[in-house]
Amino acid sequence: MAEQIRWSNDFNAALRTAQQAGKPILLDFSAAPM
Amino acid sequence: MYPQAEIAQLVTDRFVPVRVHVKKDADEFQRLGGMFDAQWTPTTLVIDPPSTERHRIEGFLPKDDFASQLALGLGKAAFGRGAFEEAERTFEDVIRNYPQTDAAPEAQYWAGVSRYKATGNASALADTTKRFKERYADSTWAKKASVWG
Repeated sequence: MAEQIRWSNDFNAALRTAQQAGKPILLDFSAAPM
Repeated sequence: MYPQAEIAQLVTDRFVPVRVHVKKDADEFQRLGGMFDAQWTPTTLVIDPPSTERHRIEGFLPKDDFASQLALGLGKAAFGRGAFEEAERTFEDVIRNYPQTDAAPEAQYWAGVSRYKATGNASALADTTKRFKERYADSTWAKKASVWG
């Protein structure tokens, strides 16, 4: 089964994670049904 | 786009994913939308911390087109960090994995630039011009590379 994306909505926390992981952030502005 | 297994895997493996919903996260949408000038959905940005935008995808795209844009963004992120060999490999992956997408000719352009930046050898640019004569000759990126030949 495909892995689900674990989206965060905390940009500041994601910044810290991205710096530690050496990965870019993928910031998705969405209006999709939740 | 995201329910696709290939996309989900790519996002999970290579990015720190953040989603801001226009209604559910209205305050954050306004704050970050203002910060990054995102005025429409879907808008998807590749960002290097703390706030450097490397790539922007606006509007819906089918699976391969979207995946290719994500991969292109990874290449641009590597390029922006000065990791030119990594950038070249990533751009070549875009060409190999998504040859029919709009991202491919752009990746071919930036692969040449990355090679030049990595080596300092101007033949990388001339070779890119030749490459465009063989593939993606009608693209905007071929026009941009034409001055190197």
